Amino acid sequence: MKIVVAIKQVPDRDAPVRIAANAKWIEERELQWAMNEPDAYALEEALQLKEKHGGEVIVLSAGPERVGSTIREALAKGADRAIHIVCDDLRAHDALGVARLLAEAVKPENPDLVLTGLQSEDLGLGQTGVIVAELLGLPHATLILHVEKTDAGLKVKRELEEGWFQSVEMPLPAVLTMQSGGNKLRYATLMGIKRAKTKELRAVNAAELGEGAAPTVILEQVAAPKKQKSTQILGGSAKEAAVALVEKLKSEARVL
Amino acid sequence: MSIFLVLEESGGKIKRASWEALAAALKLGPAHEVTAVVIGAQTETLAAEAATRGIGKVVRVEHPLLAHYTADGFSFALHDLIQSQNGTKCVVFPHTYQVRDYAPALACKFGQVLIGDVIAIEDGPIFTRQLLQGRLTGTYRHCGNGPCFVSVQAGAFRADEIAAQPDAGPTPIEIFTPTLDAAQIRTKPSEPFRESPQTVDLGSAQRIVSVGRGIKEESNMPMIAALASALDAELAASRPICDNGWLPLERQVGSSGHTVSPKLYLAVGISGAIQHLVGMKGSQCIVAINKDPDAPIFEVADYGIVGDLFEVVPALTEAVKAAKQ
Repeated sequence: MKIVVAIKQVPDRDAPVRIAANAKWIEERELQWAMNEPDAYALEEALQLKEKHGGEVIVLSAGPERVGSTIREALAKGADRAIHIVCDDLRAHDALGVARLLAEAVKPENPDLVLTGLQSEDLGLGQTGVIVAELLGLPHATLILHVEKTDAGLKVKRELEEGWFQSVEMPLPAVLTMQSGGNKLRYATLMGIKRAKTKELRAVNAAELGEGAAPTVILEQVAAPKKQKSTQILGGSAKEAAVALVEKLKSEARVL
Repeated sequence: MSIFLVLEESGGKIKRASWEALAAALKLGPAHEVTAVVIGAQTETLAAEAATRGIGKVVRVEHPLLAHYTADGFSFALHDLIQSQNGTKCVVFPHTYQVRDYAPALACKFGQVLIGDVIAIEDGPIFTRQLLQGRLTGTYRHCGNGPCFVSVQAGAFRADEIAAQPDAGPTPIEIFTPTLDAAQIRTKPSEPFRESPQTVDLGSAQRIVSVGRGIKEESNMPMIAALASALDAELAASRPICDNGWLPLERQVGSSGHTVSPKLYLAVGISGAIQHLVGMKGSQCIVAINKDPDAPIFEVADYGIVGDLFEVVPALTEAVKAAKQ
């Protein structure tokens, strides 16, 4: 199976977030970056499918130069080669604009399967994979935990709400967006990290893929979230705070 | 100019989240401009229920191929419906798993992008969404020609605040038959199933102690169990803990797990991503213990302790035990 995995580099979840001076986005200098977690699960699924059925895993990522480190990480984990869509300001595009870039890069590869995470941890739009499927004219399924190859195509396990699941059968080629947690993520081995340095990493300029359509949805401003409740923070040592909390829960909130 | 409101059902009844989406739609235009849409193979009962809310019109999008949800069936059928009307201003959905599966494809058919998981709508309209797992909010504007597709987060709009429409006449109900062909529907879904029998009913628990990524190692879990036991509380967790297999899936709180509203919800080492908050923010009293004072969990917490949970939790267990004596 030839599988393309679309991955995104996002701010590390533990990195402190500071709003940029123009309030359009966050301050990106000195930020730590990581592979979007649902995309890491998509990569894991792709690697496992390749181990079972053979084939090739191609990593695809759009973004500025820094994205290279996340691509190398994917190659170190076992992807065979990579395509980097070089785009200095990914946020100038809306989800459709980004999906167009990805779809254009996928097309000449003619893969059997395109995998990506169900959403990104930064913008959280949760649509890129579905739009890529629509643009490529392929069937799709979202929130997938498990993928099984069948004679007719695929049988996937899809997560529904409140602890329910369903199976979905579909022909190939197809696009799936992966939910976190279906597999255990692997670490890159030392050998993998060495090998990654020699693997093919092809850079494509976003402009060559025909970028240009104006976005239909614009993020105008970011802000710190409004507090929904006024939180009483209990200070002091761990013990003092604990004793104070129990007192509050008993006499003020009356829930003990 | 008109607004479509796409209602979602569960077990033959319209979901609460659909009425919250109506509350959102009413921020975009008056009730008489709203057309509620029900979709399926047989939608008469759903349409009758939808017609009780004083909205302009109900459309039954009916076709035998819509008996079971498929992304292809729903997006083609709704594309057909929206195209058949001139001047659609907005299409509003509840932000459910089902909507996430097909609405981006539907919007794409119109060259549009869904503004998803919206938590507020201001004049403009300006739509607010959460970013970076709830650590920021962002305001969005639609600027293309063509309909604006919006889905709204569960619990963000109040279904019970919809004003009664005593003077409104009976809501007209129409049937729309989309052009659908079996070959257009490329996926074949099975009946929904559950993994394992339910042995705990988190929904009816009075007190819940819930644990997240901050616990770091499975070997630290007994410390949380001890606190839960002292509080006579059920043990629950955010998604990563259940993904790791440290607690069974039936103890997961959040959009993919259970929605709970106990008297006391004590969140330990949970940062409070949106997917978790939607499952517990209706709790009567929320306590958060977290090392990060900026963690989104504190936005919904009544009481908070900012500190190392490995120091705070044992101290709290002792304090609870001492208070009982």
